Amino acid sequence: MRVNHSYWQLFKAVYSKDVTLAFRQRAEIVNPLLFFLIVITLFPLAIGPEPGLLARMAPGIIWVATLLSTMLGLDKLFRDDYHDGSLEQMIASPYPLSLCVLAKVFAHWTITGLPMVLMAPMFALLMNLEPQALGATILTLLIGTPLLSFIGAIGAGLTVGLQKGGILMSLLVLPLYIPVLIFATSAIDTSSMSLAYGGQLAILGAMLAVACIAAPLAISSALRVSVS
Amino acid sequence: MQFESFSDFIAMGGYGFFVWLSYGSCAAILAGILIGSINDSKKLKKEVKAQMLREERIKKAKEEARV
Amino acid sequence: MWKWLHPYAKADRAYQLCNTLLPYFIVITVVCLVVGWVWGLAFAPADYQQKDSYRIIFIHVPSAILSMGAYSSMAIAAIVALVWQLRNAELAVIAIAPVGAAMTAIALITGAAWGKPMWGAWWVWDARLTSELILLFLYLGVLSLYHAFEDKKAAGKAACILAIVGVINLPIIHFSVEWWNTLHQGATITKFDTSAIDPSMLWPLFINIAGFAGFVGVISLIRLKNEILQREKHRPWVRSLVSRG
Repeated sequence: MRVNHSYWQLFKAVYSKDVTLAFRQRAEIVNPLLFFLIVITLFPLAIGPEPGLLARMAPGIIWVATLLSTMLGLDKLFRDDYHDGSLEQMIASPYPLSLCVLAKVFAHWTITGLPMVLMAPMFALLMNLEPQALGATILTLLIGTPLLSFIGAIGAGLTVGLQKGGILMSLLVLPLYIPVLIFATSAIDTSSMSLAYGGQLAILGAMLAVACIAAPLAISSALRVSVS
Repeated sequence: MQFESFSDFIAMGGYGFFVWLSYGSCAAILAGILIGSINDSKKLKKEVKAQMLREERIKKAKEEARV
Repeated sequence: MWKWLHPYAKADRAYQLCNTLLPYFIVITVVCLVVGWVWGLAFAPADYQQKDSYRIIFIHVPSAILSMGAYSSMAIAAIVALVWQLRNAELAVIAIAPVGAAMTAIALITGAAWGKPMWGAWWVWDARLTSELILLFLYLGVLSLYHAFEDKKAAGKAACILAIVGVINLPIIHFSVEWWNTLHQGATITKFDTSAIDPSMLWPLFINIAGFAGFVGVISLIRLKNEILQREKHRPWVRSLVSRG
């Protein structure tokens, strides 16, 4: 009987469990994407369909919609596990909680962030984004959405035990999202003017690197507090 | 004294509205949080006193019931 | 080396310490605020460019400095609370948060009131004003999180975690907002250059900063006492304290 498992096996186990469960409830994956699409549709209806205006506002609108849809998906990151007790099992297990958390956040990104990256060309088309900005849009979404998942997971961990945790989590997490928003939209804007945007991408990458290391620690402490 | 008269002081060289809006709101917020904190402390002490009296009454009632 | 601090981990000793410190803070606050406001409003000379509207600086700058100072103190208390498992430090985090938020609100309101005559608009997305607004959200977040929990022990720990995450983000937010602002800013915004400030204006500014700092101290001490009383309601030392009057 195998008693000891490697960290990689643990990571794979938690990751595949989350992704499999999400695929069994397609709505979990599809709903945030539909929300994203609807929000992006609302803006031209609200500000008028003039192409130049839409092109100027496109990076901002795409990214605000990304923030809001990520927030929608974060609530169920830990909630189901909290209610059925598997969160307590993860905390009590001899394996590091940070590792389980890393797997869960990565699974969350696979379910919510990755589809957004894949659908970015369609959203760029709807918002009449400049063609030269498409590359920047995809890259910022690729680096930014995992970052959003990490930071959002901190908020989710802090509020998982609360009754009305959902809206409170959004209030906690949105100020922390602001730097990501600023650098991502700046990168897309700069690229739409055909200028180099490597600097903004580098800063986003640096934030992601720090988040990969620091966020699981914060999320683990938050989960221990919530479950206590 | 930088101002000739009291009405000059209030006028603040034409900027009176903004200066007094700032100082007034600042004073209001500072006073508000000070009074709120002091009231909290009074309320807490009152609650503890009320709880002590309640326990006294319960104890007395128990002793009288025993007698 | 730190042994002399150990007794203050107990609630009653910490309460006594607050009581001992409070008179000194009250005196500093009252003296500095009265002197500072009178000097700033009536005796400091009018500015060459901004005339008398610059007098708002005597409350805008101190409140802005203290809003960040209070957040740093909150974050330090939060780290102490989590690392050394000290309940009194958790209570200090919750004690400082409201007055920090008040300082932030004052900085925003006075900034807007100063901005209207200077820049012609109540609100501009100036880098500092925007960072200050986000700081207000961070304060309100810590307070909302603490009050959302039923179990106050868990609430304290959660608030500490959020305060620490916020303080790590604070330089990032400030830097990113400055970046965003310099990319989008027009050339029409004039900033009051405090480095070239005349001594006749510098002294009342320092006195006001000291007065506001004292005020933050006074309110934090009063609220810390309240939080300690709240937590220790059923303990005998609280009972004897209250019955003594």
